[in-house]
Amino acid sequence: MDLFKMFSKSDNSKDIAKERLKLVLVHDRANVSPQFLEMIKGEILRVISDYMEIDEAGLEIKLTRTKRDVDDTSVPALVANIPIRKMKDNGKF
Amino acid sequence: MGEVIVITSGKGGVGKTTTTANIGAGLSLEGKSIVVVDADIGLRNLDVVMGLENRIVYDLVDVVEGVCRLRQALIKDKRYNNLYLLPAAQTKDKNAVSPQQMQELTVELAKEFDYVIVDCPAGIEQGFKNAIAGASKAIVVTTPEVSAVRDADRIIGLLEANGLKNPQLIINRLRVDMVKRGDMMNIDDMIDILAIELIGVVPDDEHIVVSTNRGEPAVSNNESIAGQAYRNIVKRILGEDVPFMDLETDQGFITKLAKMFGFVKKR
Ligand SMILES: Nc1ncnc2c1ncn2[C@@H]1O[C@H](COP(=O)(O)OP(=O)(O)OP(=O)(O)O)[C@@H](O)[C@H]1O
Ligand SMILES: [Mg+2]
Repeated sequence: MDLFKMFSKSDNSKDIAKERLKLVLVHDRANVSPQFLEMIKGEILRVISDYMEIDEAGLEIKLTRTKRDVDDTSVPALVANIPIRKMKDNGKF
Repeated sequence: MGEVIVITSGKGGVGKTTTTANIGAGLSLEGKSIVVVDADIGLRNLDVVMGLENRIVYDLVDVVEGVCRLRQALIKDKRYNNLYLLPAAQTKDKNAVSPQQMQELTVELAKEFDYVIVDCPAGIEQGFKNAIAGASKAIVVTTPEVSAVRDADRIIGLLEANGLKNPQLIINRLRVDMVKRGDMMNIDDMIDILAIELIGVVPDDEHIVVSTNRGEPAVSNNESIAGQAYRNIVKRILGEDVPFMDLETDQGFITKLAKMFGFVKKR
């Protein structure tokens, strides 16, 4: 699933511009490099794979923006899409 | 002491020099004394935009290097009261001046003038650092395009990191027809993204090209919508509360904007 499509509701080119800008600015402002995201991805993978089997090829992790529930202001959000192949036995108690 | 305002943008070609010339001339029409400073060393432009290119003898670098006195380098715009230009050097590069020297220079100028308006070069390197060195206020110019807004955001961050809090925004070259079609970001979109105070919106206007051809700032042209936009900006700089249009809905806002600029006939 393309996150970009998920977050934009319109086909107007200005809405596309706005969404693209918002995403690129999250990276610019936080000064987060793709390498840094790769690092986080590796760590998350390491923790989660103790409990479940993951489809690593389908794993996607992105910095984006989301509206905060309490007051609707937009805040940066780390969104991870982690497809699970199957749960590992030791994950069940 | 006068106020030192830097006009900056990050991205090149979005209208800094045009804005500097028009704000300078507009403030003069409001009875203030102004010096506009071309800090774009090596790419001098403010002189031609203002139509003063034939009168340059000394420049900013000459002043800094002590070749001439500050007064000698100032060119008076005879069409206006109390409007002066301090031109950039054309044959030197940006490293000919340091931020420290620029700061001292603007302090001297602020003793003599109500406003010192500094035209900043594009980029975030030495020229930018020089231009902001003596400023107490910054105006960021952008166009409604992805790359210009991205660079504006970066500049806003750098300004704030350098102690220039609360920069204000000018959106230049807005095309109401494209905004209406949904093919150009509108004012709300841009404020939403950049999250700074708006001080003006200048429509894309052929008069700007014509007035630049002639070397006569559009702000004194009553026919020009961009000129009207600059007159409003000048009033806001002076602290007047020139009403902004109702920002409630896109449609309502844009229609009102279009009406204000005369694109839509009032019934
Ligand atoms: N509102 C406008 N409507 C139409 N044309 C405009 C407008 N504003 C600026 N322009 C044109 O855009 C071009 C660039 O403007 P200007 O030189 O002021 O930009 P700048 O930001 O100073 O550029 P640089 O980064 O090279 O110094 C000029 O040709 C100018 O006439
Ligand atoms: Mg310029």
